[in-house]
Amino acid sequence: MTDKTKDILFRPVFADNPIALQILGICSALAVTGQMSVSLVMCIALTTVTAFSNLFISIVRNQIPSSIRIIVQMTIIASLVIVVDQLLKAYAYEISKQLSVFVGLIITNCIVMGRAEAFAMKNPPLPSFLDGVGNGLGYSVILMTLAFVRELFGSGSLFGMQVLPLATEGGWYIPNGMLLLPPSAFFLIGGFIWVLRTFKKEQVEAVEYPMAPNTVGGHAAGEAA
Amino acid sequence: MANKESFGRTLLVAAVLCLVCSVVVSTAAVMLRPAQQFNKDLDRKSNILAAAGLMEEGGDVEALFAGVTSRVVDLETGKFTDAVALDTYDQRKASKSPELSDAIPDDLDKAKISRRVKYAVVYLIENDQGVETVILPIKGYGLWSTLYGFVALDGDFNTVAGIGFYEHAETPGLGGEVDNPNWKASWVGKKVYPGGDASEPALSVIKGKVNLERAEAIYQIDGLSGATLTSRGVHNLIQYWMGAEGFSPFLGNLRAGEA
Repeated sequence: MTDKTKDILFRPVFADNPIALQILGICSALAVTGQMSVSLVMCIALTTVTAFSNLFISIVRNQIPSSIRIIVQMTIIASLVIVVDQLLKAYAYEISKQLSVFVGLIITNCIVMGRAEAFAMKNPPLPSFLDGVGNGLGYSVILMTLAFVRELFGSGSLFGMQVLPLATEGGWYIPNGMLLLPPSAFFLIGGFIWVLRTFKKEQVEAVEYPMAPNTVGGHAAGEAA
Repeated sequence: MANKESFGRTLLVAAVLCLVCSVVVSTAAVMLRPAQQFNKDLDRKSNILAAAGLMEEGGDVEALFAGVTSRVVDLETGKFTDAVALDTYDQRKASKSPELSDAIPDDLDKAKISRRVKYAVVYLIENDQGVETVILPIKGYGLWSTLYGFVALDGDFNTVAGIGFYEHAETPGLGGEVDNPNWKASWVGKKVYPGGDASEPALSVIKGKVNLERAEAIYQIDGLSGATLTSRGVHNLIQYWMGAEGFSPFLGNLRAGEA
């Protein structure tokens, strides 16, 4: 593997993570990370869609008139998502029931659209495909980390296997109910970003506007009143 | 090659793209339909079996379901009917259709479901002596969502054989505990009607723990701790569906052997 392909594939995992750095695709990261098995299927679905939408968009990129390019991208993405949704309903019914609308919502996932517009429209098919896989992996790393913490401490299990015996079933572990609710993922994503930016200082954004004192045109705001 | 930004070219690209995408999507939908339908049926059957307490870990759902007969019941008369065809009737859809359901007056709408179907699909497990278990569909509003499930009664049409909810969106860990196997097991053996043949149910979900020393304990279920409103929802839906508006006339007919 050349350095360039390696870079396309693995840069989005930590260095340029779609969730942690670009803060995209948060909604599904909150919604489907209660259980590891559900998250895993969501990750596979999103990675597949991102990779193949990038591939197909890149193949036809030279034919797409720029006036309708977003609609063309959306149509390709939506078709792929429907196919994935149908496949899940046919072969992983239990999990597709738990994912419910979130598979359909991959259509509006900013990661997919973002990579299509930013990368696939400009690059040849193979690198585009790899870029899709890479960004899918970046998304997956975050989702699986969240799901690991939420399932382990929220229900005492991993992939549905009981790891910490629950107090309600004669064990000692009293599960943390908050971790089963979507907002807990917010705290965990926040924590993940904090850790990541502690080690990778270059990810800390420059301050756009420095904190200014409360003055307007030289007068302190308090004086105006 | 014509300029790719031209008007004609834009229309052409759009048309070809739509055509290709719609062929892909519809092919997938048509090819996968049998597998999806199979999954849906399997899911429904395993829910029914789970409610009746017949579901075995890793058991063959189809084989277990072979002993179950589906029948349509007219809720008004409480008798079996052939008014709708079993294999095409969708009770979920029927509860929204004006022809197949009636609005429930507010004062009777304990389960907060606003419409009641005219025909309900029930499931019977029969042996040589007659009906061994009857499985009835139930639904009602909890705290956040409508709970859909089944309750199974023994052949005396009074003793609970099992209960299960296959769809709800109650709070995980609190109201979501309606799925807790221990709590569901606490229903088994409880009685629905006082004296065994009354028409109004006594079975209730109470707040807190049931005092087993009292005579009415046989009609009482522990409330779910931290989920007062979900528990009340389950109580209300049991009261509704076991009452005169629900399956009480049908169960009365079954007891008299006249259904």
